[in-house]
Amino acid sequence: MAWTWFHRLGSPPYVYALCARLTPWLAWPAALLIAGGLYAGLVLAPPDYQQGEGFRIIYVHAPSAWMSLMVYTVMALAAATGLVWRIKVAHAVAAACAPIGASFTFAALVTGSLWGAPMWGTFWEWDPRLTSELVLLLLYLGYLGLRSAIDDPQRADRASAVLAVVGVVNVPIIHYSVVWWNSLHQAASVMRIGKPAMPPAMLLPLLAVLAGFTLLFAALLLVRVRGEILERERGARWVAQELAQS
Amino acid sequence: MSPAALTAIRLILQRDLRVAFRRPGQLLQPLVFFIMVTLLFPLGVSPELSRLREIAAGVLWAAALLASLLALEFLFREDAHDGTLEQQVLSGQSLTAAIFAKTLAHWLLTGLPLALVTPLAAASLGAPSASWAGIVVAVLLGTAALSLIGSIGAALTLGVRRGSLLLPLLVLPLSLPVLIFGARATQLAIAGAPYLAPLQLLAALAVLGVTLAPLAAAAAVRVSLE
Repeated sequence: MAWTWFHRLGSPPYVYALCARLTPWLAWPAALLIAGGLYAGLVLAPPDYQQGEGFRIIYVHAPSAWMSLMVYTVMALAAATGLVWRIKVAHAVAAACAPIGASFTFAALVTGSLWGAPMWGTFWEWDPRLTSELVLLLLYLGYLGLRSAIDDPQRADRASAVLAVVGVVNVPIIHYSVVWWNSLHQAASVMRIGKPAMPPAMLLPLLAVLAGFTLLFAALLLVRVRGEILERERGARWVAQELAQS
Repeated sequence: MSPAALTAIRLILQRDLRVAFRRPGQLLQPLVFFIMVTLLFPLGVSPELSRLREIAAGVLWAAALLASLLALEFLFREDAHDGTLEQQVLSGQSLTAAIFAKTLAHWLLTGLPLALVTPLAAASLGAPSASWAGIVVAVLLGTAALSLIGSIGAALTLGVRRGSLLLPLLVLPLSLPVLIFGARATQLAIAGAPYLAPLQLLAALAVLGVTLAPLAAAAAVRVSLE
């Protein structure tokens, strides 16, 4: 029937095998897109007329920042799925998301700060988007901290799932309150990378890296999900058989 | 809401208040902490009121945030310890209503007194007396939102190792909007400007907290008591 493919996603052995099959199909395009996009962005694209060569950090920064939010959304959706339908695999996906998302957030913060050094003349500016990223990193760390503090895996799954859902409701509120706070405090607006008027030679590499990062996240997620499933199912017979074969 | 839930809310509220008043020392702790923190700043920064006035809003709100964080420790912990919370989960009454009642009691015992002593702290930081009313209303609304947000964190860290260290990490990022709008309202009140807009945003946060936080906290309590 049409729904059987969906139900099978709840079965750990099936998902374990599926992840193994899908990973190369995601990882290779990710590698090609990132390599191509970075080459086009770092070498071929013309320097910005205002920011010179410094703008090129956008090819790492913007995709990382984009991924940090997307991974949190995926994590919260997976957590809510696990909470409502009590699907073990969904909790495994949420648990696998958190370290990846925290890494992307950290990368976005570091690159943002490095970009700020030549542009703003300081490594840290209380720019609303950087501040939001910092708060997002704290949310990820809270999630990881709660998960590691609870020994019973099922309790850890459900408690951290509640936190992820609460967090995703709050992320827009936090973001807009930070934007509002900053627009009131900071008189002169800092130099921004304008959204329109970005020539295709600059924009296309950015989109390629963005797509590459998304696929990279998917590939990393599948690898981590396999690890999570193995750890959770380590007492099961299929795991013993699987490991005996390989 | 059913009449039974309303009765449950009233009874839990009465019980929590009565239990709390048997230990007045515990009630005073966050208040003393709040006063102590605001006292540190004049000693650390400068005795000039004009300079203190500039940082007064931030100091008041950071201190209020920390004091309410300190108070969260005894929102659920003792009831979880002696089994009362478990009985409330098993009672068949709405756990969301029970959590709401407990959070309300907690706010009456910590947020309300905090708001009442705020003029004292505000005066010591150079806020003119005309601004006190606005500051008190802001702190009333802000602490309500903080108690509600904090109830989720307190419920999640019940029976967790190093729970008291984890609690700030969970609660503080979620409390930032309260800090921002509260400090903004206070700043405007001290400057003598209209402060209604951030106050309304604080009220919106409190209303959002009333509607959603007890649900999330109830789910978290269920997980923690499994």
